[in-house]
Amino acid sequence: MPWITACATDDIDPEDLIRFDHGGQTYAIYRSPKGDFFATDGKCTHEAVHLADGLVMGHRIECPKHNGQFDYRTGEAMRPPVCVNLRTHRVRVEGGSVQIEVA
Amino acid sequence: MGKRDYSLLGPDARHAVDTGLAAAEWYHTDVPRKVMKALMQRTDGPALRDSVILFGCMITFAGIGIALWPSWWSAPFWLAYGVLYGSASDSRWHECGHGTAFRTPWMNDAVYQIASFMIMRNSATWRWSHARHHTDTYIVGRDPEIAVMRPPELAKVVLNFFGILDVLRFFPNLIHNALSGPTAAERTFVPQSEWTRVQRVAQVHLAIYAATLALALWMGSILPLMVIGLPRLYGAWHHVMTGLLQHGGLADNVTDHRLNSRTVLMNPVSRFVYWNMNYHVEHHMFPMVPYHALPRLHAAIRHDLPAPNRSILQGYAEMWPAFRRQLRNEDYFLKRALPPTAKPYRCDLHRLSPGTPVADTAPPHALPAE
Repeated sequence: MPWITACATDDIDPEDLIRFDHGGQTYAIYRSPKGDFFATDGKCTHEAVHLADGLVMGHRIECPKHNGQFDYRTGEAMRPPVCVNLRTHRVRVEGGSVQIEVA
Repeated sequence: MGKRDYSLLGPDARHAVDTGLAAAEWYHTDVPRKVMKALMQRTDGPALRDSVILFGCMITFAGIGIALWPSWWSAPFWLAYGVLYGSASDSRWHECGHGTAFRTPWMNDAVYQIASFMIMRNSATWRWSHARHHTDTYIVGRDPEIAVMRPPELAKVVLNFFGILDVLRFFPNLIHNALSGPTAAERTFVPQSEWTRVQRVAQVHLAIYAATLALALWMGSILPLMVIGLPRLYGAWHHVMTGLLQHGGLADNVTDHRLNSRTVLMNPVSRFVYWNMNYHVEHHMFPMVPYHALPRLHAAIRHDLPAPNRSILQGYAEMWPAFRRQLRNEDYFLKRALPPTAKPYRCDLHRLSPGTPVADTAPPHALPAE
């Protein structure tokens, strides 16, 4: 599966995320408090609200609409009203760029 | 516009889905990401402080009330206890249900469970009901938390200042939930994976009420019920008084919280009891901002909002006449002027909707719809 450059590493603050759109799909790219990068589908599995306006707390992303939470490393649903896990995508850093593997 | 059908299984519910009003994208004021991140930050401090004050006062007032019982000198202490039990529980249920009051998850959950019991709401059901309220705020047929339906039944509004209708609805529902889980309407917004939890919560609540009633019968006194249960009646007035202002008299079937929600400036005691939910436009637009940061959020976005009502009294002076007009014309609603710095109201979906606002073709800064 192809790797796509999503952003530069310094486009995302530690403990934050940004939105990335590609090929008709939308993604969320995260930078953990320790500086590691992760990627998930962009929209909450509860009611398809984009997570990019949400709050990153440690390794959790909180949806901005209903406060449901996921572990963005694994996609696991952590707090109601989300019940369905979030799809994750592999990430690598190449020469200052964050790349994600897209289906 | 025909008569509204507020049933979650009725024609207006289907129409809202068909026209794109359900689960729509709502208007948000632009707030820089760094500012919003700062506003969203969680901390335990303010809610711990407020919880110590709340539960400390409840224990003190109830203790004095019990000590002075059955003298009428106990009445002021029961009235104070009642407001904390029957009204402050509403805001604690609300904020801890969002998970924003405390940073520590178990603290949110603990206060949420206690507050849900006091306010007589099934903690499992109402978490989902409130999620729907935020998805489809005042969308007819979709929002299960519409406080005043049109045309308003003002006698019911008055009765609920004493919690009467809420409590009369609560106990049959509690028994139904305890015996067989969520009702048919509740199953439209509670996922099946949670139905067992709904039933278990109802059984626990029912057991506590049964034990309290048994103690009262054994003692031959209503004193146990003055502590558990009855304060939901004699202390409900404050949460109804403030709660009606949240959306009363404003638009329904719109996708802009500035049209259907109201911010009211209040005295510090009411803001403590209400946990700053008087900043209600702000809360609906950005529900991930904790209650203690809402005054700062208000300052950051007020250029884009209608002017807040200056007091509870002024809010009622605006809302109550609107209720009365809705008795004659249920399509009537208040459309408040936006400041010149604001973006226009979002009206693009509204022409498709049931209950189409009669003034949605008016210019952006139009005054109340006629």
